[in-house]
Amino acid sequence: MDSVLAIEVKKVCKYFGSFCALDHIDLEIREGEFFALLGPNGAGKTTLINTIAGLALADSGSVHVMGNHVVNQYRLARRQLGVVPQELVFDPFFTVRETLIIQSGYYGISKNKTWIDEIIERLGLTDKAHANMRALSGGMKRRVMVAQALVHKPPVIILDEPTAGVDVELRQSLWDFIKQLNIEGHTIVLTTHYLEEAEALCSRVAMLKQGKVIALNSIQSLINTMTAGYSLRLRLQPDNLPPGLQEKQVTHHNGFYELRMDSYRQIESVLAQLRENKIQILEMQLLQPDLEAVFVNLMKNPVSET
Amino acid sequence: MTGFLTLLYKELLRFWKVGFQTVLAPIVSTLLYLLIFFHVLEAHIEAYQGVPYTVFLIPGLVMMAVMQNAFANSSSSMIQSKISGNIVFVLLSPLTYREILLAYILASVVRGLMVGAGVYLVTWFFFDIPLYWPVWIILFAVMGSALLGALGVIAGIWADKFDQLAAFQNFIIMPLTFLSGVFYSIHSLPPAWQVLSHLNPFFYMIDGFRYGFFGASDIPPYMSLVIVTVCFVAISLLAIKLLRSGYKLRH
Ligand SMILES: Nc1ncnc2c1ncn2[C@@H]1O[C@H](COP(=O)(O)OP(=O)(O)OP(=O)(O)O)[C@@H](O)[C@H]1O
Ligand SMILES: [Mg+2]
Repeated sequence: MDSVLAIEVKKVCKYFGSFCALDHIDLEIREGEFFALLGPNGAGKTTLINTIAGLALADSGSVHVMGNHVVNQYRLARRQLGVVPQELVFDPFFTVRETLIIQSGYYGISKNKTWIDEIIERLGLTDKAHANMRALSGGMKRRVMVAQALVHKPPVIILDEPTAGVDVELRQSLWDFIKQLNIEGHTIVLTTHYLEEAEALCSRVAMLKQGKVIALNSIQSLINTMTAGYSLRLRLQPDNLPPGLQEKQVTHHNGFYELRMDSYRQIESVLAQLRENKIQILEMQLLQPDLEAVFVNLMKNPVSET
Repeated sequence: MTGFLTLLYKELLRFWKVGFQTVLAPIVSTLLYLLIFFHVLEAHIEAYQGVPYTVFLIPGLVMMAVMQNAFANSSSSMIQSKISGNIVFVLLSPLTYREILLAYILASVVRGLMVGAGVYLVTWFFFDIPLYWPVWIILFAVMGSALLGALGVIAGIWADKFDQLAAFQNFIIMPLTFLSGVFYSIHSLPPAWQVLSHLNPFFYMIDGFRYGFFGASDIPPYMSLVIVTVCFVAISLLAIKLLRSGYKLRH
């Protein structure tokens, strides 16, 4: 039996005037996935999230959340979804706890104290629970927004740059909390400009550029598609490179040679040549391409017109 | 139901937390109007047979305060949440459009009635105002504030900036209020103006409201009630249509 998709985006286009912000987006996110939407500023990540959340209306195509059409079955779809918007917004009339009680009420939950207490604690808001929203720092406001998205325990959670402006400590505990929710079965979608965060957390990523999905795969497969990008860092005694290896040299810096490798197999021949020339290896590091290398590589190519 | 009640609670709390500005201040300013009119005009005019002008004026001013505050409540709440962006929390929720509208309207009704009741209570100490049919008074106060509350939702959705909202208030709400017979009985107007007054829905609210006090009106109160209700339904349907389409709320 095929399970319901957490999020299904089909041929979605979105225009602002004549500007095409989303260009035939197709995206399927399965239940239980930890998914990242990546892309440069203005790529369309927030616009895509808004069409999923019903904050923006797609001009064509369809979006379903847990099998519910986000326009025709908006009540069902919205119940399944918790969204942390990118913009820092808050209601200055209320305290943190009031904000969360009101937010759970919107979802029809009147007795939610245990869960609200838990999210307040997990997000480090205990000291601020009775402070007015206006009196919170930016990072604290962001935490409250995360709490608001979680208040109804939605099966699908979308976080649009939740760690922007948040300190290191909370960033850690926030991701621990989100990871735990993922293990408990919640589907997580996030955007971030910190690619190492996405790399550490997510199983799959979609890369957006100019409103198009230009890559969609598991992080490992994306990295594996990188033919280049490996490099070998060496400190040698004596400090010179045999002539046969000089064409591979990328840099020579602080006593380290950096050699470009097109695959693991080339390492063997490098070692052999060093041995032949009686050069000793003092230190050696193999640098693998990371998500950032993939990102940079993909973003520098122009988007194909298809 | 919980969702709707929560939004209503939030809307009530919103104005109650600043009750000094939203309830007390309008009561005081309405009483100031009354004081001025009392001193300037008391001796001169009799509105209905045997009804002194001030006593005639009080229900009009009470209803005007009810209407203005009902409008102010929903319109300012809507535009504030829109401009500050926190409207997203309502838009993300599974609340239906009807629930959203109804919560805004009811909060407006509550604030309108609180201000109206405040003005009435103070005047009650100083003037002998008849109370002919309290049921009509309540009916018209509720329907009038509901209508203005719904209109406030529309204005709040439509306006992008506070000055546009002020324009809506100054060019639509104020003239309709002032020309609705708050300060006079339309019988004192030239015939052409009398006809024009009948095109103003606010006229029926004031007229019916006043009937509850004096047992006399220009139009039979049930007629006025029907007209006010029809207008209320029409405005509410328009408001729901705007909410559903996402006009100026969703991109
Ligand atoms: N309301 C709007 N009106 C007009 N253009 C808009 C609107 N919202 C977004 N855009 C445009 O759509 C494009 C995509 O914007 P979007 O906010 O989705 O980007 P993003 O990928 O989230 O970027 P960032 O990383 O900066 O958050 C941008 O070019 C933006 O200028
Ligand atoms: Mg964005």
